[in-house]
Amino acid sequence: MALLQIAEPGMSPEPHKHRLAVGIDLGTTNSLVASVRNGIAVCLPDESGRSMLPSVVRYHADGSIEVGQGALKAQATDPRNAIVSVKRFMGRGLKDVAHVEAIMPYDFEDGPGMLRLRTVQGVKSPVEVSAEILRALRVRAEASLGGPLVGAVITVPAYFDDAQRQATKDAARLAGLDVLRLLNEPTAAAVAYGLDNAAEGVYAVYDLGGGTFDLSILKLSHGVFEVLSTNGDAALGGDDFDHRLFCAILERAAIAPPSLEDARRLQMKAREVKELLTSCEEAPIHLRLGSGELVDLVVTRDEFADMTRHLVQKTLTPVRKALRDAGLTPEEIKGVVMVGGATRMPHIQRAVAAFFGQEPLTNLDPDKVVALGAAMQANVLAGNRAEQDDDWLLLDVIPLSLGLETMGGLVEKVVPRNSTLPIARAQEFTTFKDGQTAMAFHVVQGERELVADCRSLARFELRGIPPMVAGAARIRVTFQVDADGLLSVSAREMSSGVEASVLVKPSYGLSDDEIAEMLKSGVEHAGDDMMLRALREQQVEAERVIEATEQALAKDGHLLDAGERAAIDAAIEHLRVLRAGSDHRAIKTGIDAFARATDEFAARRMDNSIRTALAGHKVDELEL
Amino acid sequence: MSIDLKQDHFSLFGLPRSYALDEAALEAAWHGLQSQVHPDRYAHLPDVDKRRAMQWATHVNEGFRTLQKPLSRARYLLELAGVDVGAETNTAMSPEFLMEQMEWREAVEEARQAAEVEDLEQLHTRLLRHARAVRAELERQLDVEHDHAAAADTVRRLMFIEKLQHEIDEALLALEG
Repeated sequence: MALLQIAEPGMSPEPHKHRLAVGIDLGTTNSLVASVRNGIAVCLPDESGRSMLPSVVRYHADGSIEVGQGALKAQATDPRNAIVSVKRFMGRGLKDVAHVEAIMPYDFEDGPGMLRLRTVQGVKSPVEVSAEILRALRVRAEASLGGPLVGAVITVPAYFDDAQRQATKDAARLAGLDVLRLLNEPTAAAVAYGLDNAAEGVYAVYDLGGGTFDLSILKLSHGVFEVLSTNGDAALGGDDFDHRLFCAILERAAIAPPSLEDARRLQMKAREVKELLTSCEEAPIHLRLGSGELVDLVVTRDEFADMTRHLVQKTLTPVRKALRDAGLTPEEIKGVVMVGGATRMPHIQRAVAAFFGQEPLTNLDPDKVVALGAAMQANVLAGNRAEQDDDWLLLDVIPLSLGLETMGGLVEKVVPRNSTLPIARAQEFTTFKDGQTAMAFHVVQGERELVADCRSLARFELRGIPPMVAGAARIRVTFQVDADGLLSVSAREMSSGVEASVLVKPSYGLSDDEIAEMLKSGVEHAGDDMMLRALREQQVEAERVIEATEQALAKDGHLLDAGERAAIDAAIEHLRVLRAGSDHRAIKTGIDAFARATDEFAARRMDNSIRTALAGHKVDELEL
Repeated sequence: MSIDLKQDHFSLFGLPRSYALDEAALEAAWHGLQSQVHPDRYAHLPDVDKRRAMQWATHVNEGFRTLQKPLSRARYLLELAGVDVGAETNTAMSPEFLMEQMEWREAVEEARQAAEVEDLEQLHTRLLRHARAVRAELERQLDVEHDHAAAADTVRRLMFIEKLQHEIDEALLALEG
């Protein structure tokens, strides 16, 4: 029998009603849910005691939906209806995943904003599939905590762009969760680590998950977790190590190209061997394939390290870039927190130790630390701060720059990467043509200078601009990025007050690989980009002067005699030829020469317009 | 909690209105303000409170960013004094300065095309030293002499220098791969 609770008169028996909130790590391979109980963050297990839920959803023909272990087991036998690694498809179009299609057996179709998967239960979007995983975790948490949740913190890779974040948030809503915050995975890990160890100073979080890599640099001081910079690789994770090992097995076993089913079994075996090599020096593979062939060989830890060395090296590039953006050297990092199951591999730990000149910190479970940190943050966000001790603050950043397309397919950066959130930035633009009454905007994300190399996020139009001469309208475009890293954009013509705004919805057009390339190439091809940019700028300028001159000829052509007119027509033709070339210096010189060739015409037009303006006025009436 | 969005950034962070800045005090004040207004503090409250928190926190971050960097701080001080730096329109610089800029630029371009990392790094160091001297000049003009016209001119020079520094950085990054 429960003890009777006696309350003082006038006092609620529950002065500090605990509001149930959870942190959810929605992973590529596994997902977890955690919550703060009695002041301590714990992962909530299922009825068999397992914390990790495989991120696999299986749609059955009878209309039932299975999530987790059971669905995982079916992936080789019912590949089209047992969906694995759905996180890779979040906020992505069909074109983005073309390279995955070859190795993933799904029946994709394109849909508005995002690809869809055809299953036995009909067409499903990645958002719906992810929502099933989140729903399973919500049900688990509510059973475990004994009541409905007030909200959840959902973690996302730090490199996730606006479309992927929006898709994640939509999935949570679909699962009946109120999203308190989208939290970057490395930041969640830093919270768990920092609070556990009362850490102060600058830390790096090295987060290698199943399909993603993030590196964040944080400054921890007096309860403030300030992210200084973040970088990553959209297409690098533990899966790539499995795949390399799988390819090596095929080579060494010298077998015929396997069936889809055998390939799946070998891939699952490769993952097993990878995990075994973390604790053992060698691992045997003894597998009879459906084809009747026998794979019988041994892989040693050193062999595995050798064949995946390039993948480990690949993670160090984002590390260097994040350090550079933070203006720090490896020696200035006080500790390196390892996150994600893939960081258990000994040769990764060795490489990280060598780079930073210190042993990485592995005292927290790399599989659970993100969920635990998210749970701590959820507890605070839900309003359960009991004492000042619970007081901490996260200052996170936007991982990729945001900008607008300008003339010639160039990007004008409006919000630079690594800006502290929330942030609002405004930029003014003007009209290009006389009497222009509408202006189209194209919002992009990425580091490259050309629109074609960045991710397209949204397009919208500002209409109803009062007709003015080119360059007279002042259109202010404002980007607002909230604490979840989600963008909204508005545009306003300043003299008339005409306004348009848009919630950014994805408009896909780029592949995953290209996204992974964005940050990297932004730096590597900076030289090429600068040349290309210079060229586009001169081409636009040339177009501008030709257009202006043609308009002037149409209006004031009578001021020229036939010979003068012919000379100007020839100059226009010459500049057109130069404009079509690829030498920006030649175009620039051509524009200057063109200006000289039209000087006399311009002077006559000026005289003419002054005379027209003066007609009928006395000189002293004019304010000159 | 509420903050006055109309006060200037220096008042917002409780700092004296000067170019010389106590960086630690600015950061502490920034953290202090954010711990009051950050949207995380309002996540369990109605949307209207969340929206207001986002506006406050955005404003505080904007103020921090403006004061943190020497160039934007100087421009902001001049703006408060009613002086338009006119960076976009007023590009009338002394011929000496323009000549010097051209020489810098040519040196950078040559080193870049020749892929001379060492030369670029040397240029970078020289430019850093130069920028430091120009900033010292700016501090004198703003804090001691209160000569806004001269300071506006120095700000424009500093903008040229920072742009050049950025170009060297980009060139170095491109060469390092």
